[in-house]
Amino acid sequence: MNVNQSVPPVPSFGQPQPVYPGYHQSSYGGQSGSTAPTIPYGAYNGPVPGYQQTPPQGMSRAPPSSGAPPASTAQAPCGQAAYGQFGQGDIQNGPSSTVQMQRLPGSQPFGSPLAPVGNQPAVLQPYGPPPTSAQVTAQLSGMQISGAVAPAPPSSGLGYGPPTSLASASGSFPNSGLYGSYPQGQASPLSQAQGHPGIQTPQRSAPSQASGFTPPASGGPRLPSMTGPLLPGQSFGGPSVSQPNHVSSPPPQALPPGTQMTGPLGPLPPMHSPQQPGYQPQQNGSFGPARGPQPNYGSPYPAAPTFGSQSGPQPLPPKRLDPDAIPSPIQVIEDDRNNRGTEPFVTGVRGQVPPLVTTNFLVKDQGNASPRYIRCTSYNIPCTSDMAKQAQVPLAAVIKPLASLPPEEASPYVVDHGESGPLRCNRCKAYMCPFMQFIEGGRRFQCCFCSCINDVPPQYFQHLDHTGKRVDAYDRPELSLGSYEFLATVDYCKNNKFPSPPAFIFMIDVSYNAIRTGLVRLLCEELKSLLDFLPREGGAEESAIRVGFVTYNKVLHFYNVKSSLAQPQMMVVSDVADMFVPLLDGFLVNVNESRAVITSLLDQIPEMFADTRETETVFVPVIQAGMEALKAAECAGKLFLFHTSLPIAEAPGKLKNRDDRKLINTDKEKTLFQPQTGAYQTLAKECVAQGCCVDLFLFPNQYVDVATLSVVPQLTGGSVYKYACFQVENDQERFLSDLRRDVQKVVGFDAVMRVRTSTGIRAVDFFGAFYMSNTTDVELAGLDGDKTVTVEFKHDDRLNEESGALLQCALLYTSCAGQRRLRIHNLALNCCTQLADLYRNCETDTLINYMAKFAYRGVLNSPVKAVRDTLITQCAQILACYRKNCASPSSAGQLILPECMKLLPVYLNCVLKSDVLQPGAEITTDDRAYVRQLVTSMDVAETNVFFYPRLLPLTKSPIESTTEPPAVRASEERLSNGDMYLLENGLNLFLWVGASVQQGVVQSLFSVSSFSQITSGLSVLPVLDNPLSKKVRGLIDSLRAQRSRYMKLIVVKQEDKLEMLFKHFLVEDKSLSGGASYVDFLCHMHKEIRQLLS
Amino acid sequence: MATYLEFIQQNEERDGVRFSWNVWPSSRLEATRMVVPLACLLTPLKERPDLPPVQYEPVLCSRPTCKACNIDMPALIKLFPSFQFPPAYGGISEVNQPAELMPQFSTIEYMIQRGAQSPLIFLYVVDTCLEEDDLQALKESLQMSLSLLPPDALVGLITFGRMVQVHELSCEGISKSYVFRGTKDLTAKQIQDMLGLTKPAMPMQQARPVQPQEHPFASTRFLQPVHKIDMNLTDLLGELQRDPWPVTQGKRPLRSTGVALSIAVGLLEGTFPNTGARIMLFTGGPPTQGPGMVVGDELKIPIRSWHDIEKDNARFMKKATKHYEMLANRTAANGHCIDIYACALDQTGLLEMKCCANLTGGYMVMGDSFNTSLFKQTFQRIFTKDFNGDFRMAFGATLDVKTSRELKIAGAIGPCVSLNVKGPCVSENELGVGGTSQWKICGLDPTSTLGIYFEVVNQHNAPIPQGGRGAIQFVTHYQHSSTQRRIRVTTIARNWADVQSQLRHIEAAFDQEAAAVLMARLGVFRAESEEGPDVLRWLDRQLIRLCQKFGQYNKEDPTSFRLSDSFSLYPQFMFHLRRSPFLQVFNNSPDESSYYRHHFARQDLTQSLIMIQPILYSYSFHGPPEPVLLDSSSILADRILLMDTFFQIVIYLGETIAQWRKAGYQDMPEYENFKHLLQAPLDDAQEILQARFPMPRYINTEHGGSQARFLLSKVNPSQTHNNLYAWGQETGAPILTDDVSLQVFMDHLKKLAVSSAC
Repeated sequence: MNVNQSVPPVPSFGQPQPVYPGYHQSSYGGQSGSTAPTIPYGAYNGPVPGYQQTPPQGMSRAPPSSGAPPASTAQAPCGQAAYGQFGQGDIQNGPSSTVQMQRLPGSQPFGSPLAPVGNQPAVLQPYGPPPTSAQVTAQLSGMQISGAVAPAPPSSGLGYGPPTSLASASGSFPNSGLYGSYPQGQASPLSQAQGHPGIQTPQRSAPSQASGFTPPASGGPRLPSMTGPLLPGQSFGGPSVSQPNHVSSPPPQALPPGTQMTGPLGPLPPMHSPQQPGYQPQQNGSFGPARGPQPNYGSPYPAAPTFGSQSGPQPLPPKRLDPDAIPSPIQVIEDDRNNRGTEPFVTGVRGQVPPLVTTNFLVKDQGNASPRYIRCTSYNIPCTSDMAKQAQVPLAAVIKPLASLPPEEASPYVVDHGESGPLRCNRCKAYMCPFMQFIEGGRRFQCCFCSCINDVPPQYFQHLDHTGKRVDAYDRPELSLGSYEFLATVDYCKNNKFPSPPAFIFMIDVSYNAIRTGLVRLLCEELKSLLDFLPREGGAEESAIRVGFVTYNKVLHFYNVKSSLAQPQMMVVSDVADMFVPLLDGFLVNVNESRAVITSLLDQIPEMFADTRETETVFVPVIQAGMEALKAAECAGKLFLFHTSLPIAEAPGKLKNRDDRKLINTDKEKTLFQPQTGAYQTLAKECVAQGCCVDLFLFPNQYVDVATLSVVPQLTGGSVYKYACFQVENDQERFLSDLRRDVQKVVGFDAVMRVRTSTGIRAVDFFGAFYMSNTTDVELAGLDGDKTVTVEFKHDDRLNEESGALLQCALLYTSCAGQRRLRIHNLALNCCTQLADLYRNCETDTLINYMAKFAYRGVLNSPVKAVRDTLITQCAQILACYRKNCASPSSAGQLILPECMKLLPVYLNCVLKSDVLQPGAEITTDDRAYVRQLVTSMDVAETNVFFYPRLLPLTKSPIESTTEPPAVRASEERLSNGDMYLLENGLNLFLWVGASVQQGVVQSLFSVSSFSQITSGLSVLPVLDNPLSKKVRGLIDSLRAQRSRYMKLIVVKQEDKLEMLFKHFLVEDKSLSGGASYVDFLCHMHKEIRQLLS
Repeated sequence: MATYLEFIQQNEERDGVRFSWNVWPSSRLEATRMVVPLACLLTPLKERPDLPPVQYEPVLCSRPTCKACNIDMPALIKLFPSFQFPPAYGGISEVNQPAELMPQFSTIEYMIQRGAQSPLIFLYVVDTCLEEDDLQALKESLQMSLSLLPPDALVGLITFGRMVQVHELSCEGISKSYVFRGTKDLTAKQIQDMLGLTKPAMPMQQARPVQPQEHPFASTRFLQPVHKIDMNLTDLLGELQRDPWPVTQGKRPLRSTGVALSIAVGLLEGTFPNTGARIMLFTGGPPTQGPGMVVGDELKIPIRSWHDIEKDNARFMKKATKHYEMLANRTAANGHCIDIYACALDQTGLLEMKCCANLTGGYMVMGDSFNTSLFKQTFQRIFTKDFNGDFRMAFGATLDVKTSRELKIAGAIGPCVSLNVKGPCVSENELGVGGTSQWKICGLDPTSTLGIYFEVVNQHNAPIPQGGRGAIQFVTHYQHSSTQRRIRVTTIARNWADVQSQLRHIEAAFDQEAAAVLMARLGVFRAESEEGPDVLRWLDRQLIRLCQKFGQYNKEDPTSFRLSDSFSLYPQFMFHLRRSPFLQVFNNSPDESSYYRHHFARQDLTQSLIMIQPILYSYSFHGPPEPVLLDSSSILADRILLMDTFFQIVIYLGETIAQWRKAGYQDMPEYENFKHLLQAPLDDAQEILQARFPMPRYINTEHGGSQARFLLSKVNPSQTHNNLYAWGQETGAPILTDDVSLQVFMDHLKKLAVSSAC
């Protein structure tokens, strides 16, 4: 993208910078920077070093940037600064401004390669401020895209091919490695500014054009060093500091340097550089974090001029874009963490953008739902649908109604309104919430959603104080909090009867495969103890949940485990065509009462089927049986299905092997994601009606058609777990851990969720694991704390800036003790008439969550190619709209990204090259379907790490440090062969060992004497009593604890064949399956934007 | 042979055969004019303690189309001219005659050594939708029965309620059962698949030589030798619970009888075709769901009555009947039989299920509760043994009837199904189940009796030579309860007589008892498919024609009408038959009618006659117990009456006797004779109860007692409220009815018989 273009850079540089400035100006105001640029550079250089300093600066912001700052400040002035700050606000601004300042300098640097570097850091600061404007404008001029592209080609080539790394590295993209370098990108600028300059120049000069690039280029030179260093996350370190825009600036600086270093490399390709600049800006804007970038940005920004300058530079570098100069997720994350992780997030103010999901923060509920429950793509909604259409920014909320909270935060209070039930608006049925307006002395209230005026029932009457607030507002959760629960009355229950406690039914495949792998024995053994940990409510002594057992192959075996029996009784149902439940009494039992019988049963199951030769299984009848059992018992519940093979036995839902990789990239590819028969949907519907949630554990040896089998779990709010080629020795820990968590987690049953909105917008689309029989009610047979529903809103009328937009999500569910409740989450958003406000209050992570889900659903009906194109187009439109309407005028060659969205391209690229949308040769059809359905109910934090994995260096930080080491960008270039890295994306966990890792390290971690003796593919680290081993194992444990699924560790050695697998997750690099590298994609995006603008 | 009576009796004892005519009219035309068809009651397995089975196989007539068994009586050889002695008989001499050639062996039984002997099979199909005490009693009965079964017999258990469970009997530890939905009809193939009885293809091919032994193996899970799983099964039965599915107020329990039976049939069909097996269905109520459902589960809708059926208002009847008929036919084809033990206060759907027992030769038992001695003893009696220590049951019989060429076979009525064997001796005119010369009787006991109807086909213009005899041979292949295959062969010959010249002979050889029963069977058979009044009209017309043919009278002079001795009782039988529950459905539920008809169609002549015209004994101080007329005039105040209707034993104390008993005279030493008088009928009743199967309902009542209705409904209403001419005399009790009395009936009969109008 944008980045781009640095081609022009060189020339442009000078100019470009100006451009930037422009942008920046707006944001940065920095334009000043423009002038500054040069200075900045100097500053930058200074900064670099300073960066680190900067951090402090961050604090002081101004200070660091100080020199630059001024400029930045100048820039800062720009609304942008403010924007960025928005949520965060002032602080950011402050810093940002500083940043900008820096950037300015940076920008200058741009001019000079170095500048970029400087910029980045600066950017960081700028971030705060500039963010908005952010932008990154990479100068397109450079743009390599077009012409640039042409030119770029080389560059790109560079990036890619040659570059691969270093050389190209400078090539920038190439350096995707650098990616990690986002920061770098930014940094690069900085760096460029700094040392780079020199280098860059050279390169640039070479590139000539890519002046902007040059910076990168400069980086390029550095590359070598960069690469190494960068990865280390030096940049990170720095960046992290920089973090959020706010703080960011400072940190960025510090890091940036490092990053930048890399950046420099990146710069190589002009393209990059341009981009970088652009990016950087963004980053700056958005994240302060990517300090590198930011810096760069900053520089650019500040230096908007800088940018310009960069652009200028870019031109030079056109050839390559400095990976370090493009927005770095790492940097952004770090900055946000530093800026916002320290103080609680107080929800009282309407339209605040919460901290990033990667930031640890506490929430104080003061009237709006915690971001743990609801996150929005934008906290400022355009007032009119025209604006919304113009911006193309999806308006969506990612809702996790039963999210679990950290122990420090209180779970929602339960409110009992007595027999009359929760107080609601008579017209729209919205529930009483803090936004309801009491009038006429408290005798009536006006609904905040539909404006209907309702009488206050006498028993609820309360006087108002002088501000019009009820006197008891703070005594009543429903009047003062964003999230709370109501006790439901019998009217809210099925058949007007209070529900019975739910039941869990364990349904175990006992066909040959399941027995042979030892699964059945393992599972039965585990269940014996696991049954003591069924979820229970509050302080209940024992769980109210009843359990039942079924085994099956091509027939089903039900077990009567009534407590009065001496031995369990088995009842075989072979009429799988027309499933039914053969017994009522004794099937679902209380664990404690029937413990002896259950234990006896679990002891006998593995024995009974030990000699089985039955290989065929059924599937639909099994679920049907469970559902019928729940129906017969008149309760909701959950089925735990442990299944091994494609159900080919003669029965409803019989499947055939239709795995056909030839369909990939054809119009028929979508059929791979669609269920084979309609039987599964029909069944799912019945399950939902009964409140029967299905959790599926798959243990396939070969194709099992996950796309079809997962339909029921998907529609019933269940989960799918897949353990390919399950072997007890290797997968036991993962399976048992998942199982334990799944069985123990708190679940709501038979739930209906409804999202009400204030007049003007309306929930129109829903994504997630649930079923909908009409257009408004989300029906969830089961809902646990991990499941998320993404809701998209559209305008159906004008919104009002004054009253904002309100969301109320009401979830009616049955708790695990059988209590019927309503959980209410309220959230108030701002409305805007200026597009800039929208862009200033976006959350890229949430946006990506929405877009991924949208795309993943799209593949069901459209060719994958079309889905990808749609995403790219939408993204380009969003950015182009920003560029056109919000960014200050600048050269067309500049890529300018909104601060809040500067990571959009990199993240979007990750989505585009994900297994579902661009499968590699080694990805099975089942894997794709599996991932597809997983993503559908992921929350923002999960999609964030899933698409952009975390890469943590292990030996760089001091061994005593107890905190997680700062991450590095997911690019091969960031890997040092003398270090080890952990990579995790929420599903996979790799330990990459560099070939030249110190022997002592190898010894203390693997207990072998040399690198060559490490077993490739090892999944367990030996338990050794030394600090390093403890630290690494502790880190692994803590990573696992953060994720909802157990991540199996795979040790990958450098240059080993397993490394291919590992590299698949280095998402900033070009992927084997054809996925673009970050840099390339950025260029491409820039081109798209330019096309849209012209 | 002094009299025909003696001859008839002797024949019955020796061969188990009673003919309506013992001298046969020699032409087709004349035979039809005899009104009562040439027919016989055959009791194929009549107990013959004096008949030792021979240990070799029968010799067949070598003419392929004949295949008659080689039997005694040189005369017979003439009748089957083609008969040739096979070589085995080369050693015949005067001193070493094979049994076949000895005159007293007109019936002979062969034991066949060939073929694998498979054990008897008893498959219990048990309803669990019972009241607790009923279920308990049933469980005890079943547990008890295990000790009565032959030790090597295979037993199986299917229980049903809302679901049907087939219990696996072989397993240790966890008890297993296969469960089926009670609402879904399954084909035999499906059932076998679901029970895992179809052997996997692979092992079968590999183990081809072992196959024969494997065969029983496949089913061992469900059918096990009693001696092996005695304990297990006893425990299993002990643990049987009532159907656990909740039955809400106002509903009947859901009972899947239709599917349960279907599964039982399918199970045996797949595993032991053509082996003696009893499916014993114990049910406590009507099937309320699935195929074969008789009534819905809404209690407010009562089960169909005759009224509903007449109005075509029994919505489930046709479908259910079809279901059970299909099952019965399949069962019969496999040589198994189905018993139905239905114990409930209301109807249980016997009407629909009757064919299961009727077509397969199974038993049908109806009672009020499993917790009654009626059921318990009846059930126990099934397992009684004969003088040889063998069970009185036989399985999978085929009855093959052969006739000499002047006769053709018109059909059979009894617990049998047609095997559809056409042949030259099969008539086109069907009476009963016709169109075949072979029938299958899947379950039979020593009293099982079939009515077999013939047609004389000899043309009038082809006279039979003087002294010619017609011959009929009955060949019954069956599986003896000892699991041997046996063949019993009975050969009968009777004289032909020319009606013109020898009408008296023929008249004298008329067996009016057999004729009454045979005609009654025809009537009942028709009643199954025709409207009641039509059947009665048909019977009346036959009676009138018979009277016209054989009565002596002057035209138009009813008073001159006389019948000879050999016909004199016949009209009276018909009178009672018309009033019997076999033809009258008034006051009987459809189930009861089916039950009565079932037994009527399988009992021997004596029992059948009792059913038609109950026996009434009188006990009084005036003399020893004596049979008295079944007439209201027999009901006197100073008598104790004992009535045996086959289905009920009624002891009725006259008014005076009842008062005496109430006053306690029987307890006073000085009136010990009264005590004895009271005791006498009880003892006699006990005797009947002991011998009868099924056990009759035992009713002890007195004058004015509500249960006296059983007696009052049976006696001839010679005195009613309409003709109290004898009022004030000790002439009996008036019956409050509008039914005609025997006297009126006879008057009308005479009038019609002598009338030239008809």
